[in-house]
Amino acid sequence: MNNSPLLQCTDVRKAFPKPDGAELLVLEGMNLELREGQIVGLLGRSGSGKSTLLRLIAGLSEPSAGNLRYMGKPILGPAPGIAMVFQSFALFPWLTVFENVALGLEAQRMSRPEIRTRSLAAIDLIGLDGFESAYPRELSGGMRQRVGFARALVVHPNILLMDEPFSALDVLTAETLRTDFLDLWSEGRMPIKGVILVTHNIEEAVLMCDRVLVFGSNPGRILSEIKVNLPQPRNRLDPSFRELVERIYVEMTVRPAAGTAGRKENFPGLGIGSALPHVSSNLLAGLMEAVAAPPFNGKADLPEIASDLTMEIDELFPVAETLQMLRFAEVEGGDLKLTEDGLAFAHAALDERKRIFLRHLLTYVPLAAHVRRVLDERASHSARKSRFIDELEDFMSEEAAEQSLRAVVSWGRYAEAFAYDDENAMFSLENPT
Amino acid sequence: MKRFQPFVFLSDIASRWDVLAFIVVIGLVVFLGETSRGLFAPLTALQTMPMSLDPAHLPEYAARTTFRMFAALGLSLLFTLTYATWAAKSERAGRLLVPILDILQSVPILGFISITVVFFMSLAPGRVLGAEFAAIFAIFTSQAWNMAFSFYQSLRTIPTELIEAAESFRLSPWMRFWQLEVPFGMPALIWNMMMSMSGGWFFVVASESISVGHTTVALPGVGSYIALAIEQKNLVAIGWAIATMMIVILLYDQLLFRPLVAWVDRFRVEQEPGVRVPDSWALTMMRRSRLIHAATVAFHAAVMLTSRAVKRRDEPLKPLVERPKRSSDLLWVLLIVAAVVAGLWHIVVVLIQNTPLKEALQVCGLATLTMLRVFVLIALASAVWVPIGVWVGMRPRAAQIVQPVAQFMAAFPANLLFPIAVFAIVRWKLNPDVYLSPLMILGTQWYILFNVIAGASAIPAEMRYVAANFRVTGWLWWRKVALPAILPFYVTGAITASGGSWNAAIVAELATWGDTQVQARGLGSYIAEATTAGDFHRIVLGIGTMSLFVVIINRLFWRPLYFYAERKYRLT
Repeated sequence: MNNSPLLQCTDVRKAFPKPDGAELLVLEGMNLELREGQIVGLLGRSGSGKSTLLRLIAGLSEPSAGNLRYMGKPILGPAPGIAMVFQSFALFPWLTVFENVALGLEAQRMSRPEIRTRSLAAIDLIGLDGFESAYPRELSGGMRQRVGFARALVVHPNILLMDEPFSALDVLTAETLRTDFLDLWSEGRMPIKGVILVTHNIEEAVLMCDRVLVFGSNPGRILSEIKVNLPQPRNRLDPSFRELVERIYVEMTVRPAAGTAGRKENFPGLGIGSALPHVSSNLLAGLMEAVAAPPFNGKADLPEIASDLTMEIDELFPVAETLQMLRFAEVEGGDLKLTEDGLAFAHAALDERKRIFLRHLLTYVPLAAHVRRVLDERASHSARKSRFIDELEDFMSEEAAEQSLRAVVSWGRYAEAFAYDDENAMFSLENPT
Repeated sequence: MKRFQPFVFLSDIASRWDVLAFIVVIGLVVFLGETSRGLFAPLTALQTMPMSLDPAHLPEYAARTTFRMFAALGLSLLFTLTYATWAAKSERAGRLLVPILDILQSVPILGFISITVVFFMSLAPGRVLGAEFAAIFAIFTSQAWNMAFSFYQSLRTIPTELIEAAESFRLSPWMRFWQLEVPFGMPALIWNMMMSMSGGWFFVVASESISVGHTTVALPGVGSYIALAIEQKNLVAIGWAIATMMIVILLYDQLLFRPLVAWVDRFRVEQEPGVRVPDSWALTMMRRSRLIHAATVAFHAAVMLTSRAVKRRDEPLKPLVERPKRSSDLLWVLLIVAAVVAGLWHIVVVLIQNTPLKEALQVCGLATLTMLRVFVLIALASAVWVPIGVWVGMRPRAAQIVQPVAQFMAAFPANLLFPIAVFAIVRWKLNPDVYLSPLMILGTQWYILFNVIAGASAIPAEMRYVAANFRVTGWLWWRKVALPAILPFYVTGAITASGGSWNAAIVAELATWGDTQVQARGLGSYIAEATTAGDFHRIVLGIGTMSLFVVIINRLFWRPLYFYAERKYRLT
């Protein structure tokens, strides 16, 4: 095996300028190496910068600092040996399957017969024989993504980048496509030397990758690297497979504990300056009910409850963390355990639930308490939304401020802590007429 | 951005209903003209208010012009809510009403003005009032059709679930109309009202001051002001008028349409998350004003009251499209036959009998000339604006600046600028057959630009990444990525531009500056000349021919192209 890596990223940093002159940091201290014959998984929640990294590698945007090298040469733009598969397939609807696949070769000004031979070979390889003249709209999601794969493979790339390629597909189709891909990969029938797979599905990462890089957010960075040494084909029910999944869950839930967190936009935090995730009260109640009910009886293993509720980590984690912030649950070592009040909430009727929720909301969510206090103190018992937004923007971006306030509005409405009139952007204590 | 959809359904190129509709519409035009011709003489003594070029009068003139616009918009709304509803709810009525609407869209309104002016002045007791009616009617005819089309289309595409919900609550037809159908059609309708308003300015300027034969009517307004300025060769006054129009357009955009667009957002059924909610300072102000709040509460109360007043049905509602009964079917057929016979009679007896074959051939020749001009101009404008539009559309920041400017330019009545062009042609002795032509597309080319911008900015980011990732560049990129992606948008823009250009031909091919007249050979100048001469037969012949050409071009060229683009190149 060749010793120099296919791809090497050192100290990569990416920040976007914000309108107010400050910058939004999305990636920091990113180090990554891809060697021949490897599939490397980038695993993390949305907003952890994994897709941003993929775009940097593809040469579609430039890093703010640091160094990206492909086969020893710096990446200055889309490199010829790097091809990408997209989550939304991104096929051109006005081109047939064949034309979509041939496009990359046409861009290379290859001769017609050669384009034909290679395109047909790629279509054949990926199992699209007979669909050459079909338009993307005539194909199912799975077939469309096959075109996406064929289009990437036809240019004979050394590195294949995959941006959540299976997440827009239904469970069954996704599994078939994964298996087909792994078969071709392990038989060495694909003209690629290394793969980088972005995903937020832990099982998918363990199933497909040789190494998994777990990403943390705010800003995006690598939390840990986990090697997967299981032989292919892997079995999801195999105890060592389960163990790895469990371990990654633990890795992903180990986070700076409340109080010690130095980051402003992280929660659980103190004061109104912490950004809040927008999680509906229905989801909160639903998760508490599920965990309170047998077989979990108040304490659930995160991977288990995730597969039980068919929720991906992207959906599950924010809910679990919100429960933790509201002191309805504790999240530790890949487990979710309801507190006493959490259990009481799960077993209570609607009115009682609202009372418990109100108490916790005003005690543990400083922004909600703040809104309520302002409304109580004012003679008119009303206040403009912009008043709070301005306050929040001292601590966080405009977007985060909007989102936090939206979260507080929806929880405040559920708890009947206050009313909000969206048309006039006014908070008040009255019920709407 | 939502697009105006020029064609509702793909049907055959021309069904028998289209032919019938054509006969009925042109028959009506001939009838109107016939009636008004007889009433021609007593009107020669019409007194008109003296107009003044003093800029101090402009605010008043602008206010009166704007009033006409809104009166016409109100009428168009009324027409839309009744005509489109009727067409959508009754299958047999719809079969004729929809093609009629399509033909009406193609009738050149400017040529029509001369006929309606005389007709309306004979109807109204007060003479100025009659002329006002005529002007308002002219604007109405430029606004109503696309609004009605949009509402008809909305009514036909209400999701079944919503209809079923309304049925299960047994809403009365009245309630259902106000609670379901109107709100559902509202977003598209508001958008089309904006388009109509833009188009209307062009006609308000042309319809305020009009000469038919010996009769000259000059209603106080910006249009008459311009006409007088042209007569007196006063370039400064024209500058004042242009500035006034800019202010007026800016004002109603900020005060009326921006708030409406922001407000109507709540009626959108498919709410895509992440799409920015439109914003309007005027709407925020109105929502916070107690006075306006009180007014809306009163309106709401009125809606509730009328809803209660109309009894709801006890038995479940029948489906939207009902099977017609046989006896009323027969009556309907008889009615249509009568209308068609009457239309044919008017066309044959009045028009064809009085038209020598030579003249008819000559008119067809002129129409071909104008058609050639329109196509060449559309091609030229496309060659300029498509690359620019794509460039702008791919850059969100540039698009944010250019898009409103293009929309503003489309709303601006380009005929205000004609005198400047005529001035230049006379000054440098240019060939009017060539140099008058660009005026036809002066106001309509913007539709191409802002549709292309909208199309280019709608290309998904991932698709652009694909192109970059596979290093698709240069001509290959234009051929396989950019041009196909914008095609549906471009076709929509080109259709609007082409239709508008035909209409503009009537004022663009015959332009005046003081006592000098510059004329290009074409159907537009033929109609304009006939209008000035008050030659009723030639007016009708010209209008009929132009309508026929526009309809045929639409059916044989634009419509197939539109559906081809929609089918093949639409990004879903």
